[in-house]
Amino acid sequence: MKLKIIIGLGLVCIAFIISCQSDDQLEFNRYYSNGRTIYQSKCQNCHGAKGEGLLALIPPLTDSVYLKSHKDSLACIIKYGLSKPISVSGRSFEGQMPVNDLPSVEIASALTYITNSFGNKMGTITSQQVDSDLSGCR
Amino acid sequence: MGKAISAIAVILLLNACRFNTNDKKILPIYGNRQPVTKTVNGATVTDTIYQTIPQFKFINQYGDSISNKSLNGDIYVADFFFTTCPSICPIMHRNMLDVYNAFKNTPDVKIISHTIDPKHDSVAVLKKYADKLGITGNTWWFLQGKKEDTYKLSESYLVRKPQEDAKQVFIHDGSFLLIDKQKRIRGSYDGTDPKQVSQLIEDIKTLRSYPDEIKVK
Repeated sequence: MKLKIIIGLGLVCIAFIISCQSDDQLEFNRYYSNGRTIYQSKCQNCHGAKGEGLLALIPPLTDSVYLKSHKDSLACIIKYGLSKPISVSGRSFEGQMPVNDLPSVEIASALTYITNSFGNKMGTITSQQVDSDLSGCR
Repeated sequence: MGKAISAIAVILLLNACRFNTNDKKILPIYGNRQPVTKTVNGATVTDTIYQTIPQFKFINQYGDSISNKSLNGDIYVADFFFTTCPSICPIMHRNMLDVYNAFKNTPDVKIISHTIDPKHDSVAVLKKYADKLGITGNTWWFLQGKKEDTYKLSESYLVRKPQEDAKQVFIHDGSFLLIDKQKRIRGSYDGTDPKQVSQLIEDIKTLRSYPDEIKVK
């Protein structure tokens, strides 16, 4: 009887730890899994299932240096596309990226997925963050 | 119940045997066909005329003039695309690269990609595009010419005719077409699906193994 109570309490404690830890984790998971769906429908044709890009035609999303140093402008690139040449991993890419006029929450989801896949680990990019980044688009 | 299971088992076994003996696959011949009756040495013979790819003349990425005759003696894969296509073209050509890499050293297999936006896709633009995909030599040609000619030709490949919507964005269906040495259509594959493109590579190997493929009209 005593043992059962201890086990029961133990289980309750574990449940608590999981649910406490997860407010942030839950938010991340939600953004990340929605982001995967958006990536597959909007990004993957060009950037590839593994973010590998397409040779010299389409830049890869595996360069964590580029993504980190351009973190604030990633939302702008998705929403307004890109027509200027960029340099990724020491290679120059000059093709146009098309406009993807998505709601902020979807941009945030896609970015959370991209920046935490393909060898990247940048944490959650929230919808509020995207809104603030978009106000600074040039 | 037990009987049903053993009956199914027997059927499965029989099918397995049939499958094994039938490993030489025959590829279908697509398109319209008409019987032609003629007299040979006094006997009446009925022959079948199959739909073939008509004449064409375009320019490739090197500025060379390419016609249907340039592909005499070749099995080839054809598709329609444009270099600024934001939707399905990158994945089509990601998959076509597999075909290119499988046959770039096979002289009688070629790939031709027709641009449906010749206004933008000049010879120089096509050359740059080919360079960026790492394409060299004469296995994969990117062809451009009069838009009407390309659109007209696309009808004979059974692909949906490319259409222009109000925004001048081209819609096309992403098919890869397999053409034999007698210019007949032998297969149509979804160029956006890696599995179907693997099948295409297998079918090219099958087609090359046919003895009648050596004949060139």
